[in-house]
Amino acid sequence: MQTFIIRRMLSGIVILFVLSVAVFLLLRIVPGDPAIRICQLNCTKAQIDQIHRDLGLDKPYFPVSLDFTDPKVVSFSGDSQYGTYITNLMTGDLGTSNFNHKPVAPQVIDRMPVTLEIMALTLIFTLVVGIPFGVVSAVFRNSPADLFVRSTSVLGLAIPSFWIATLVLVFPSELWGYAPVIGRKISLFQDPVGNFKQVAPAAAVLALGSAAGIMRLTRSSLLEVMRQDYMRTARAKGLREGSVIIRHGLKNSMIPVITVLGLQISGLLGGAIIVETIFTLPGLGLFTLQSLAIKDYDVVQTMTLYAGVTVVVINLMVDVSYAWLDPRIRYS
Amino acid sequence: MGENIAVQSPPVLVDVGIAARGPGAGARLRKLGTLLRQNPLGGFGLLIIGVFVILAVFAPFIAPYSPTDFRAGNPDEGLSASHIFGTERVGRDIFSRFVYGGRVSLSVAVISVVGGASVGMLIGIVSGYFGGAIDSVIQRTVDTAIAFPALLLLLIITQLLGPSFRTIVFALTLAVIPGVTRVVRGAVLSEKNNQYIEAARASGAWSPRIILRHILPNVVALGIIVMTTLLGGIILAEAALSFLGLGIPEAASWGRDVSDARNNFPYHIPSAIFPGTAITLTVLGFNLLGDSIRDIADPRLRGSR
Repeated sequence: MQTFIIRRMLSGIVILFVLSVAVFLLLRIVPGDPAIRICQLNCTKAQIDQIHRDLGLDKPYFPVSLDFTDPKVVSFSGDSQYGTYITNLMTGDLGTSNFNHKPVAPQVIDRMPVTLEIMALTLIFTLVVGIPFGVVSAVFRNSPADLFVRSTSVLGLAIPSFWIATLVLVFPSELWGYAPVIGRKISLFQDPVGNFKQVAPAAAVLALGSAAGIMRLTRSSLLEVMRQDYMRTARAKGLREGSVIIRHGLKNSMIPVITVLGLQISGLLGGAIIVETIFTLPGLGLFTLQSLAIKDYDVVQTMTLYAGVTVVVINLMVDVSYAWLDPRIRYS
Repeated sequence: MGENIAVQSPPVLVDVGIAARGPGAGARLRKLGTLLRQNPLGGFGLLIIGVFVILAVFAPFIAPYSPTDFRAGNPDEGLSASHIFGTERVGRDIFSRFVYGGRVSLSVAVISVVGGASVGMLIGIVSGYFGGAIDSVIQRTVDTAIAFPALLLLLIITQLLGPSFRTIVFALTLAVIPGVTRVVRGAVLSEKNNQYIEAARASGAWSPRIILRHILPNVVALGIIVMTTLLGGIILAEAALSFLGLGIPEAASWGRDVSDARNNFPYHIPSAIFPGTAITLTVLGFNLLGDSIRDIADPRLRGSR
């Protein structure tokens, strides 16, 4: 198990390295010079060069570069853009926004709580709604409850979250003149109720789709498990039905559910962009979207790396949970 | 014992002549009828898609106004006989935009899914057939691509390349590839150990021939099934991009209409309701159809989405 975790962490580092190079390069090779954005089209060549020097954009991209026209082919440079970025990253320096010239790290830390709260609350809503309803639906198969759960989940998977979020904003405002507090950050510790009112609608909207998926998957997975012989054995030895379903059925049907839940968590990073835009919540999603629009190199690099780290960690946690859910699964 | 005999079905008489000619048009229609009866939800999905396809194709004849005509009515009108869904913030007819909006959604989704599924099938076949180092590299890449938040990837590509029809199709195609690659590779792995492949190889056929003649025909059906299950999600993704302002500029788009409704204060309920309903219904149609096709064709894939 330990060797498995270590191996997966090493391969995770390789993946993150490839990701960072890809995003770094993509930002720089597509048209659109940040220097031109900074001085809005009325700069002389000299001024643009000066901005490039200030931002370090005149340096070569990588410490090692291949030049096929040169007989040496491989050339090394101690002072490159990627080299600087990685060295700074190792020391905890995430770079500087080339838009407001402030360091990136404090801005990320400032926006992180909102996004983490949305994600945590979405996850709680998803599990609290998804799993119990999925179980009811499987246990009382073809009952009215099952039909209700199934049709809700089909609908939940089809409704775009940005539309529901828009309706959540539009209807209360039009019908009762109510508007959630938007734009301003409310601290969880200073005003827990106000904070909940702010974050809960966003999380509920995101949870709608993911709960629908979890409901559906729990149902089909549990139905599959309920056909197994060990379920009959559990009943035959006199266990109460509830115990059979929860202890033997649910635990064994959780593997596909956990897999999808892992994918949903990484999907939430995208979902956060949507709900934060709609409810104007000052979180990482909105920050990512705004930085992408102005090609703020260091911020976009940080945010994609953050998404990559989240994905690698979640995947590892999902794989480790398999071994706990099903002791037959062993990693060596 | 007695039960067994009773259960045994009577011997089936096979008319070889008819079977060889295959079912005629009438028989095929009857078969379709039976399929629809057994899968009413899939039929319902097909009906919804049919309606939206007709609306999109014949939009100029169905829509009472041009979707971009802001002199169609006054801003933010309610429902009336001349504007059955009302008008939005600058006076454009909501029903006309409802009708035209499907053009972009449906064409972008179909092109990207067909393109992405074709590339994905090719990569999946190569990965599964050759195995070894190629397979490892492809599968680790696919792992990463599946796990990386799709919306973030789409946003990065469309934002950096600039929103246009081509960029969006390119981005969505990239999003389709990994999932298809994974499924097709699995199918190829189980297919390539069959004896007829061994026989083909023993008789001296080289790899491209084996792939084209023997492997491809056996995974095409699977590819098509996966494609139908992906369409709904791709339509949602396209709508989300439009909503975030990264859709195709100029074109009438449901996603952007929802975004307009959100940004237009005071809010106007019809502007918010109808474009979102269109997206939901289309996605619902494709999801229902996809689920049915998957259940009919390959029950093993049930619940894979």
